[in-house]
Amino acid sequence: MGNNILEIENLTVSFDGFKAINNLNFSMEAGELRTIIGPNGAGKTTFLDIITGKTQPTEGRVYFQGRSLLGQSEHKVARLGIGRKFQTPRVYLNLTVRENLDLACNRSKSVLKTFFSKPSSSDKRNVAGLLETIGLFPKAELKAALLSHGEKQRLEIGMLVAQSPDLLLVDEPVAGLTDEETENVGSLLIALAESHSIIVIEHDMEFVRQIARKVTVLHQGSVLCEGTMDEVQNDPRVIEVYLGSEEV
Amino acid sequence: MTEPIFISEYRNPKQERRKKLMIEIGIIVAILIILAVVMPLALPTFRLKLLGRFLALAIVALGIDLIWGYTGLLSLGHGIFFALGGYGIAMYLKLNGPEGPMPEFFTLYGVDQLPWFWQPFFSFPVTLIAVVLIPSLVAGIFGYLVFRNRIRGVYFSILTQAALLVFFNVFNGQQEWINGTNGLKTDQDFFFGMVVNSPQAQITFYELTIIFLLLTYALCRWLTSGRLGRALIAIRDDETRVRFTGYNPTEFKTLVFALSGAIAGVAGALYVPQTGIITPNIMEVAFSIEMVIWVAVGGRGTLIGAIIGALVVNFAQTFLSEQFAEVWLFFQGALFLLVVTVLPDGLVGWFKTWLDSARSLLGLQEKLIGYPAIDKDPDIQKERQEIEH
Repeated sequence: MGNNILEIENLTVSFDGFKAINNLNFSMEAGELRTIIGPNGAGKTTFLDIITGKTQPTEGRVYFQGRSLLGQSEHKVARLGIGRKFQTPRVYLNLTVRENLDLACNRSKSVLKTFFSKPSSSDKRNVAGLLETIGLFPKAELKAALLSHGEKQRLEIGMLVAQSPDLLLVDEPVAGLTDEETENVGSLLIALAESHSIIVIEHDMEFVRQIARKVTVLHQGSVLCEGTMDEVQNDPRVIEVYLGSEEV
Repeated sequence: MTEPIFISEYRNPKQERRKKLMIEIGIIVAILIILAVVMPLALPTFRLKLLGRFLALAIVALGIDLIWGYTGLLSLGHGIFFALGGYGIAMYLKLNGPEGPMPEFFTLYGVDQLPWFWQPFFSFPVTLIAVVLIPSLVAGIFGYLVFRNRIRGVYFSILTQAALLVFFNVFNGQQEWINGTNGLKTDQDFFFGMVVNSPQAQITFYELTIIFLLLTYALCRWLTSGRLGRALIAIRDDETRVRFTGYNPTEFKTLVFALSGAIAGVAGALYVPQTGIITPNIMEVAFSIEMVIWVAVGGRGTLIGAIIGALVVNFAQTFLSEQFAEVWLFFQGALFLLVVTVLPDGLVGWFKTWLDSARSLLGLQEKLIGYPAIDKDPDIQKERQEIEH
């Protein structure tokens, strides 16, 4: 364990007997940028649901920085330092870009402290810095509803970072983006990887090649194999899962 | 000689905000003077009493706007909190009136000792606290249980309405506690030595209503302008995202629902003495739905809209039912349909669009050619200016 930021042991999740995750073991070192791929229904999103407290596992253990995450609700997991980006961009459409970031940036998230606290100057500096990083500084005072799809994706990633989490979970960040925006998001993630541990779930193989260092392949709720992009691509089991086996 | 290449289009946001705040305060003071000084001189007593009652209803509308317009929770049960506040003040008036210390109706049902929960209402300060605290506690506990189980949307609305019916039936049935369906009549009771029904007492209640409307407005304004207000809008827009950002929406929703209940309680306490009676009918389903209609008509998500809506709808109701007694209900239905289909942002929203188009017609404001997202994009504005120079 020691240096592992995330440690998952013998995880099983079943929905009415269907095993979305089946005896999965996974671990990840602090500072890693890990990409998870897998065919539809491999259990990728359920995997994130478990870590973030949205779903509780049937069996198994999940540790984050040595602390068990089981039984914790979503907001508590988030406060421990895990941020999650959803598949479709989810930002607060009726707030401005700056307000979106400020809400995420707020250090004390209990209701009374939110009530009485004003954004501190360090919060304001954080937000200004983030606006630069995600390239939305000129649009800081615009409502998020007026942003394009790609800009919303970047804003949401910015909101994740504003939470200053130790672990970022990013679910298909480039679905529906143009090539140029895909590159933007890619370099943003690589830049973030310098100071965060990141798990990216993705389908787009071009994109995976751009960012991937270590890749984990999920299949039918378990880890099929792990390695660099080249190793994984040449693994016969992966080819079989993605393209179908010849015998069938 | 050398012109700056980039003339900043950004206005100083702080200055801008202060200017807007000054204008707002100016408008509020003007309205206050009209309401508090001019109206009592201009209006006959009967009309003034109506205005006072409607201003009390505007207070509830603010509470509804807070939870519905800002937080996205549609409550159809605010009659409960309104009634709790109203009954609180009515009990105080009864105990201190000519009938006190043992209101007459008790003898009808053979009750010879004042029930325990009437006892605290001898005291005015306790009554004041109870009028705020009881509704907010009821709302807070109800809200906590519902929100903790992540009940949202229509299911929440149905639950609030069910709760309303429960309260209605309890109050209706309990004759030996609070005179059941007959309610409590307060107009012959005393309020600090004045008969409640007297013009002197009525003007006091009228002015008190204005003060509390102002206080409630200030409270809501303060709540919705800071981080908390933005968190509420965020909960309305995307509660899941809020949760994954580390906020617990249950806390926020419970707090706001309790506050909204307290506001309704205060409104009820101001409404009852100006009406002269409170009966369980105040908890009829229709009345609680009307409260929502006021906010929808005025414009939800804008505080001023809630106040305007409450006043406009209620005056329209009075006017129409005086002229054509049968028409009102049809009119109310039509009004609601109209707002939902044509004016989703209510009167205030409609006024804003109208103002914008009037301004661009008069040439006071540049007309937007493309989407606002493009036209107002600072990048594009900057490029345009660079081309021009």
